[in-house]
Amino acid sequence: MQATASAAASAASAPETSDPSGRPAIAMRNVVKTFGEFAAVKGLDLDIRRGEFFSLLGPSGSGKTTVLRMVAGFELPTSGRIELAGRDVTRRAPFERNVNTVFQDYALFPHLSVAQNVEYGLKLRKTPRAERRRLVNEALEMIRLPHVADRLPSQLSGGQRQRVALARALVLRPQVLLLDEPLGALDKQLREQMQVELKQIQRTVGITFVFVTHDQEEALTLSDRVAVFNEGVVEQVGTPEDLYERPGTRFVASFLGSTNLVEGDLARQLTGSTGLLSIRPERIQVRNLNDSSPDADHVSSLEAVIEEIVYTGPATRYVARTDGGQTLIVQEQNDSRASGAGRGDRVRLQWPSRFNYTV
Amino acid sequence: MRFSSSAIFSLRLFAGLIMAAIYLPLILVVLNSFNASTSGTFPITDFTTRWWSAAFHNEGVREALWTSLRVAALATTIALVLGTMIAFALSRYEFFGKNTVNLLVVLPIALPGIVTGVALNNTFKTVLEPIGIGLGLFSVIVGHATFCIVMVFNNVQARLGRINRGLEEAAMDMGANVVKTFFTVTFPGFRSAFVAGGVLAFALSFDEIVVTTFTAPPGTETLPIWIFNNMARPNQAPVVNVIAALLILASMVPVYLSQRMTGDHKK
Repeated sequence: MQATASAAASAASAPETSDPSGRPAIAMRNVVKTFGEFAAVKGLDLDIRRGEFFSLLGPSGSGKTTVLRMVAGFELPTSGRIELAGRDVTRRAPFERNVNTVFQDYALFPHLSVAQNVEYGLKLRKTPRAERRRLVNEALEMIRLPHVADRLPSQLSGGQRQRVALARALVLRPQVLLLDEPLGALDKQLREQMQVELKQIQRTVGITFVFVTHDQEEALTLSDRVAVFNEGVVEQVGTPEDLYERPGTRFVASFLGSTNLVEGDLARQLTGSTGLLSIRPERIQVRNLNDSSPDADHVSSLEAVIEEIVYTGPATRYVARTDGGQTLIVQEQNDSRASGAGRGDRVRLQWPSRFNYTV
Repeated sequence: MRFSSSAIFSLRLFAGLIMAAIYLPLILVVLNSFNASTSGTFPITDFTTRWWSAAFHNEGVREALWTSLRVAALATTIALVLGTMIAFALSRYEFFGKNTVNLLVVLPIALPGIVTGVALNNTFKTVLEPIGIGLGLFSVIVGHATFCIVMVFNNVQARLGRINRGLEEAAMDMGANVVKTFFTVTFPGFRSAFVAGGVLAFALSFDEIVVTTFTAPPGTETLPIWIFNNMARPNQAPVVNVIAALLILASMVPVYLSQRMTGDHKK
């Protein structure tokens, strides 16, 4: 493991970490992209810092992949400006930018061996042969696949191809590595394993990673910061904790994890204002009506009837309905404090009032 | 699916009969090329290699073969360049009249050769000859190119449709400019279709007779035309058999090659 880490460090060590200008790795200013009538990206302003693991999160069609493709140079913005480390690259061709991409379908060259694939960019840069060989070997060490060097991509498994695509991009030590849903084609177990690996590699090489995904869990797990996209605009930018605990918009609250959105009378009852509230299901506790009433100053509390119970392994989800007809989802850990409430039971739902987030 | 043993027997018999219908006449040609009798009587009583050496030394055959090779090579070259370019234009770009162009490109292969021949003959005689381009090797090459282009176009276009465009983006992403991308990624992607199309075009041109008849000036003979003209002559008939036998052998090579090329032994 140690050998792997050091190999990774030299295979793709970070580019100049001390940027005198202190400029962001990527700066996008009022970037607009339209395809005919359709506005894919509507006036985007975004700064991505050096060395950051930054995710573009959103449902399909939200514009996140278009943004990535504009940074890579595959799409030309309709208007606006894109800078890489302070240099305007808006109209530069892909081969004139120091960014590399890990494609969703990996895009490994089928007629070249794994080693030749990884070597491809180095050859174009006219890196001397011996140096090339060393870098390729180190990159394959980094992804722990030195033994597949002579195979063709068609002879690799999905996870192996994914890692080769990563090695092929990282061997060039780009300023920024763009990853377009790179784990999308992998099964759940492999995906989780690759998430850990990806995070380790990013930390070791220190390159800025821009990661496109529609999987909110993946974005929260991996990222230093996340931009949430919806219909061509960024709804919110922040750390995973910011986004999850303090969602700025209704869309962010409902797209990241599940949440209970409450407004109107019930909201006034809970906070004194009718504005939209987000209450996370795992914050709510299920209590017997006979239990001692909580201190009303710090605890929000409601009576409700359990309508549905879904057992999910480590947790149980309850669907409860208040007297006012509002449905609330509650997620309870299946531990010693589990309430054991049954369907049709009338219960009290309570949670610390600080978890009432005004959106 | 499983067959009864009697069904298997009848299917095999049927397949065998069809194969025999196709290949026995070819074998007969090869055998006859060694038949000492000029009238090609059967069964063969005397074997000889006389006709083979006669064919080898026949000036007409040599000249015709050389003409055929030149025409086929040039028509194929034209077809490779133009066919590939049209395939790219039609599979990569959107433009007005795209479907019409597609139809116009493929049409020559469906058009009866005699129509192509008459049309080209008229064009050369009435329009081009007055400005100095009469019937000659050039007109034969142009005539052949019309259908050779279709061979290359069909093969390359089918392949381009299946190529992953993301590969080209990946190449550019890693620093390859447009030209480098084409030669290191795009061309290897459709190379086998390109070669297969070229081989087919060459083969088609090599045995073409109808268009050639109308576009060749008097005295210019391709090999098929020479064969056609000499088959009926009793003292040349055995030589024709030799040429046919040679052509059978020669055509096995490209068929074998194109099967290997287009087979998906490499993904």
